[in-house]
Amino acid sequence: MSGVPELTAPRRAKKLSVTERVTEHGLKVIVVRKPGVPLVEMRLRLPFASARATHPARSALLSDAMLTGVARLDRAGLAAAVQALGGEISVGVDADRLMIGGNVLATNLRPLLELLAAVLNDATYPDDEVGTERERLVEKLAIARSRAGVIAGEALAHRMWGEHPYARGLPDVDTVSATTPAQVRKLHADMVRPRRAVLVLVGDVSPSRVLDQVDAALAGWTGVAPVGRIPPLPESEPGPLLVVDRPGSVQSSLRMGAAAVPRSDERYPALQLANLIFGGYFSSRWTENIREDKGYTYGPHSRIDHNVLGSSLMFDVEVATEVTAAALLETLYELGRIASLPVTAAEVDSVRQYAIGSLALSTATQAGLAATLSALAAFGLGLDWITEYPGRLAKVGVDEVSTAAAEFFAPARLTSVVVGDAHTITAPLAALVAVTADP
Amino acid sequence: MPRQITLPSPTFNLTHHTLDNGLRVVVAPDRSAPVVGVAVLYDVGIRSEPEGRTGFAHLFEHLMFQGSANLEKLEHFRYVQSSGGTFNGSTHFDYTDYFEALPSNALERGLFLEADRMTSPRITEENLANQLEVVKNEIRVNVMNRPYGGFPWIVLPGVLFDTFANSHNGYGGFEDLEGASVDDARDFFTRYYAPANAVLAVAGDLDVDQTLGLVEKHFGGIKKRRAPKRPNFGEPPLSAERRATHDDPHAPIPAVAIGYRVPDPVGSLDELLAHVMLVEALSEGDASRLQQRLVQRDQLVTDIAAYIGEFGDPFDERDPTALTITAHYPDAASLEAILRAVDEELARIADDGLAPGELDRVRTRLVSMLLRELDAVISRTLSFAKFELIHGRAELIAELPERLAAVTEQAVQAAASRMRPERRAVLELIAGGTR
Repeated sequence: MSGVPELTAPRRAKKLSVTERVTEHGLKVIVVRKPGVPLVEMRLRLPFASARATHPARSALLSDAMLTGVARLDRAGLAAAVQALGGEISVGVDADRLMIGGNVLATNLRPLLELLAAVLNDATYPDDEVGTERERLVEKLAIARSRAGVIAGEALAHRMWGEHPYARGLPDVDTVSATTPAQVRKLHADMVRPRRAVLVLVGDVSPSRVLDQVDAALAGWTGVAPVGRIPPLPESEPGPLLVVDRPGSVQSSLRMGAAAVPRSDERYPALQLANLIFGGYFSSRWTENIREDKGYTYGPHSRIDHNVLGSSLMFDVEVATEVTAAALLETLYELGRIASLPVTAAEVDSVRQYAIGSLALSTATQAGLAATLSALAAFGLGLDWITEYPGRLAKVGVDEVSTAAAEFFAPARLTSVVVGDAHTITAPLAALVAVTADP
Repeated sequence: MPRQITLPSPTFNLTHHTLDNGLRVVVAPDRSAPVVGVAVLYDVGIRSEPEGRTGFAHLFEHLMFQGSANLEKLEHFRYVQSSGGTFNGSTHFDYTDYFEALPSNALERGLFLEADRMTSPRITEENLANQLEVVKNEIRVNVMNRPYGGFPWIVLPGVLFDTFANSHNGYGGFEDLEGASVDDARDFFTRYYAPANAVLAVAGDLDVDQTLGLVEKHFGGIKKRRAPKRPNFGEPPLSAERRATHDDPHAPIPAVAIGYRVPDPVGSLDELLAHVMLVEALSEGDASRLQQRLVQRDQLVTDIAAYIGEFGDPFDERDPTALTITAHYPDAASLEAILRAVDEELARIADDGLAPGELDRVRTRLVSMLLRELDAVISRTLSFAKFELIHGRAELIAELPERLAAVTEQAVQAAASRMRPERRAVLELIAGGTR
């Protein structure tokens, strides 16, 4: 304690200004001038949810094959054109959205947007390239599912959300194998449309010029994607701890989850602070207990995930096989403690500063700000949320954090799974909680 | 005629200073955002571990977070995070880094925290026992329980290099880690953690004179100790191909790592840069040589990547360093065909040179990626410290676009012609997992 320097007066961040426009075809464009490095970051987010059983496979293959050819350029030609700009374009998909991301030297934004337009309007999905990507996707799925964390994540999603589309994270191999290039092209034609899509551009650029460049480049991109009916997220039933066998595992992967509230909810700042105190940063109770005191793990983490249909409080930790039950015991103890007893003012002060500081750090880069704005846009939030949120955090009282902890961290409301060597871990776990081997 | 392209270069305002105890300091103001980075790099890494103590440099890194002259255990983390900052440390082959990203009003606090552990970390039996378990769990999660865990950086050096320093498992065997004692740690600290064996970089929202004053205030009193003389770890290129296999019980499909020794990255920087351009031409993006040949045309591999440096950073190591090509592939019988195709693609570059525009587009993207990595204050801070420590000049970062612009097609061809079959080490990963 002795001699640690006090903090000096904080300096204010330069105010960023955002320029927004909805184009005539319904694309929302958000531009922020943020000098730093002479680059610009791009995030195009398209709503991509669907309740159809074949959707995860088709959308994954669409994502993997989207850049394999456009009307005037083959796969290598498109990649070479992007690279020559000092640029990059990549595509990813999840249950909520398709994300076309990228970055480029700021002076080359216009030609990058033209290449983006070629992909949006004229992606060809050649039969042979789709075939190549289909085979690769099957292999990549095999690799993903050989990881304990992926197995645990799929098992938890299934237990929390049953047959809901959110429970189908990765596509199944048989559906991927049965997917045709024509189906992928049709999905593109149906869903890759500007209305309700959001394009975020952040970098060393002039916003008004960028808006004109977007208008010019994407003028020919038109249409509306159908809005599929997605059922609401089911209320999850906690049930017993599911033990998934992965023979020979030297660690057990424990995952727990429960419903949370979105950023717009008035309880959200208190919930975020409670989460940090529990397991959301290194100085959390969970980390200090099972890592820094007991050495059971390299590190536990808890976090709040935001999906369009609902937010979730998620917990993950990998612990040595022989201390699996002991680690669960300490985890349940910490959950019970934060749900039942008040948090302290010192804890709240610490996480409040951390939440404010880490938000500032994560939005201090072009890429970080673009990613944050893109994620917020899905919920109708924008730069205002980033600038106003520290003020909301500052107003949260210690008792509000305790209330949020009691409401959300009660161990009785958590759905839980563990993936590990069932032969070794099941009996010790069964001594603590009800367990099941049935998914 | 190829279009003349102008590549942007970053500009930095760097101030250098050396304290009486030998600590080298680099300060780089940038007042565009109220954040600062503080990084200390010690000139000791995996290569300096004593025999029988594999993994010790990394275990020791953990011990540097366990309290120090004025701080109890857990206080370091709490002071950083309750200031709104983040921290970490990492162990590399030639150095170990410790760093914080902080709101700029915590600058002096960050300097104090680094100085306090440079003065004396609290190395106790209890902390050692605790962090031994943490490190074993780190190895379990990143290596033992994970398909392709630690592949190939843990195993390939043992095939490609000969000396203990260069070839051993840098994460460490459990037996070696369990044998580490408090005395080992104290000796290691005394020998390698002298101020004269370290570089401090401070960058971001700061005033240079005031910062140098704070550095003097907090680090100036640390006792001077002689910096150890670093041995030359260099090894000449291989003259005969080496083969080895590695069993992975969780991997569903096989993989291969092909390693080559490359020229001294510090003494022969321009040659290294030609190799950097070569690996970009080989595997960066769908237009690259190996992606087109092995993924798209022959469909032999699921993915393929080429990179320099054990962790993929070509500026991270002194001599020796490696150029590595890795691939995952579904059919275990196709290894020889993969090796042949790689050799053919290398020979094509060596013999026929590059396609029109290829060198320029590869270079443009490379510069763009280098710039992008400098956007975050903490990455910038770490880069200043790393280039100062490894290359002796933080300024080199700003000169890289120019140096890359001077790399000729002939230099890239020469780099490709060095990568002959007899100069490679091939590590085949045997997949033991279920599909």
